[in-house]
Amino acid sequence: MRDDLLDLARSPLALLLVTLVGYQAGRWLQARTGGHALAQPVLPAIGAAALAITVLDVDYAAYRSATELIAFWLGPATVALAIPLHRQADRLKGFVVPLLVAVVVGAATSIVSAVLIARVLGADEVLEKTLATKAATTPVAIALTDALGGIPPLAAVFAIGIGIVSAVVAPATLNLLRIRDRRARGLAVGAVSHGIGASRMLREDETEGAFAGLGMGLSALAISLLVPLLALVLF
Amino acid sequence: MIAGLTWLLAFQVLGEVLVRVLDVTVPGPVAGMLLLFVFLRLRRYGDDGSIVRAGSALLRHLQLFFVPAGVGVVVYLAVLRDHALPIAAAVLGSWLLGLVVVGWTAVGLERLLGKPRDDLGDPV
Repeated sequence: MRDDLLDLARSPLALLLVTLVGYQAGRWLQARTGGHALAQPVLPAIGAAALAITVLDVDYAAYRSATELIAFWLGPATVALAIPLHRQADRLKGFVVPLLVAVVVGAATSIVSAVLIARVLGADEVLEKTLATKAATTPVAIALTDALGGIPPLAAVFAIGIGIVSAVVAPATLNLLRIRDRRARGLAVGAVSHGIGASRMLREDETEGAFAGLGMGLSALAISLLVPLLALVLF
Repeated sequence: MIAGLTWLLAFQVLGEVLVRVLDVTVPGPVAGMLLLFVFLRLRRYGDDGSIVRAGSALLRHLQLFFVPAGVGVVVYLAVLRDHALPIAAAVLGSWLLGLVVVGWTAVGLERLLGKPRDDLGDPV
């Protein structure tokens, strides 16, 4: 290929386009399959972008800075999770205590079980520390893993990976667990799989989405506070 | 749209200020979300306001904003392959345990407090 065209293909413009086209393809698939659980738009988008930078031999760091324009909006979108919660605030009545207790106990369970399962199966300490924070939303997972001495970008990959898995299987799992209160369903998914899980719940039902956003936020708080404490015992 | 985005960015900045002043590891946007919630409650903010319109537009595409970080998987394919079993078991196992614990604790306490809810109606 001509050098100037190859440069164009590696430019932020082209990399942004590939990412958006991958995402649109994912949305198209989601619509075509009638919202099938497996058809989460994030998957084809990551696949298309990962394939493109591998073929074009673009550094991940270069891709990351090229797509900062997209990643930037995660912050304001997280702030916006207050909106469904505001619209569903009446449903907080009689649920505040169960909600707070459940999120704190759940956060401790997530952290301790991830570390212990990895340890039993022979992971080294750096990997255990990287796994500890994966239930938290990516910015929290990155910051906490850094402080612990794990691998921050890998922690983000774990967090996103479990978010995708959860977006696919969480509603069916909640049915198996016979959790039928929409508030508890949303809360549980948000607490263990942050924004990606919350996005699936927002599609399912506004109450579930609202409580998933709340679960994500409170879980981020609880994990931030618990990780330094539990680290004293675990490592 | 721009008015709403301006508000959202303002609350994100407020959140960033708050976590710096309090010196906690909570991310600014999460603090911003809690602040915005309080603001919307106090103002009894309506559904047709600019914040709701801009925020709902962003939330429809929440998954898109995770893509750049998710592509980081290409850097760690070797690590993932070499430690596939502990990683898969720890990630999936702790996800399921967390889901069960949060869901059952919340539902169990609701029952204890005498306010159980069943939103799904017919057995699923």
